[in-house]
Amino acid sequence: MSMETDQLIRTLAADNAHRARPVGFVLTLALLAAAPVSVLMFAASLGVRPDVMTAMHNPFFDLKFAVTLALAISAIAVSLHVSRPEASLSGWAWLLLIPAGLLVAGIGSEMMLPQRLPMMTRLIGSNSRVCMTAIPLLSLPLLAAALIGLRHGAPARPALAGALAGLVSAGLAATLYASHCTDDSPLFVATWYSIATALVAAIGALAGSRLLRF
Amino acid sequence: MREREDEWTGLMRAAISGDGAAYHRLLKAVTPVLRAAARRGLARAGQPVDQSEDIVQDILLAVHLKRHTWDANAPFAPWLFAIARNKLIDSLRRRGRRIFVNIDDFAETIPSEPAAETVPASEVAARLQSLPARQREVLQSIAVDSASIKDTAAKFAMSEGAVRVALHRGLAGLSAKLRES
Repeated sequence: MSMETDQLIRTLAADNAHRARPVGFVLTLALLAAAPVSVLMFAASLGVRPDVMTAMHNPFFDLKFAVTLALAISAIAVSLHVSRPEASLSGWAWLLLIPAGLLVAGIGSEMMLPQRLPMMTRLIGSNSRVCMTAIPLLSLPLLAAALIGLRHGAPARPALAGALAGLVSAGLAATLYASHCTDDSPLFVATWYSIATALVAAIGALAGSRLLRF
Repeated sequence: MREREDEWTGLMRAAISGDGAAYHRLLKAVTPVLRAAARRGLARAGQPVDQSEDIVQDILLAVHLKRHTWDANAPFAPWLFAIARNKLIDSLRRRGRRIFVNIDDFAETIPSEPAAETVPASEVAARLQSLPARQREVLQSIAVDSASIKDTAAKFAMSEGAVRVALHRGLAGLSAKLRES
């Protein structure tokens, strides 16, 4: 048996009534479904730091959340943009500079304030190993969700879309982790959070190059 | 060119607001353009241009299944060509792994080759066989027997809603199967 192109066209037209949900909707649902998994993993293994109420008065503690949430939100926006096949990154990639800019501003302000600890001590901190393990692990359920959401789209560059899914999930996972970590120096965040995030983005790019082709 | 593309955009907007006839007209209108592009792509890759129909069907399926990623405020043609380019590259890559074609064998025949010569598409039809029975029957009824959704529902003693679901799942299945191969 064969299927003539005219026959295929008629069949596609017969399916015109079917309406798919927008990619943003599916991505949001998938992330909402995965978030409790990451939260449970976090609560079971690390938990919020005990002095969180005091820590909240430290602007550098709060800055961590501004950075990680800015990363997650801008990566969601850019990933939804590149889930359209004709999209180009130009005009959108700068959104990803927002979290980096916040971090640079944080490092600058910290430099101008008197510090108890020397710079290298603040950079190396005391949680770098936990940070580098926890962020990627907490990312995994969210990364799977982001990939499922973006599969609903039609990205012309699947590896790029996958890397952005990695940034989304790393941003959200780092938001959780930031409430556990007692290293609040922007230097620590810029170093270890970035390495962990880059790792998750690389995993996302690898997975995306396979899963996000349409 | 400009006019034609504006017409496509108008037809696609009508299709999205539920006009099945406009959608049918649009798919009919873009197919020769996609076919020409597929032939050019095959020729450039040194592959037999008469294989274009499988690529055309692959593009049409992707257009259908991904049309929710088109922004109705944007022109349709750039979106369409982006989908087409993606599927063309994908097809050439898949072919590249399966059959080896020497560019020299075809370089001479391409310019003189008559434009209408096309091998019937076989990939979509072959994938059809691996679908679940119900989806395959519904697709065959609508595609091959030109039955309406209503007639198909009556023939298989299904509700029209169930036919619609089987139809859509079948089409999505055809595309997923193409991707795997």
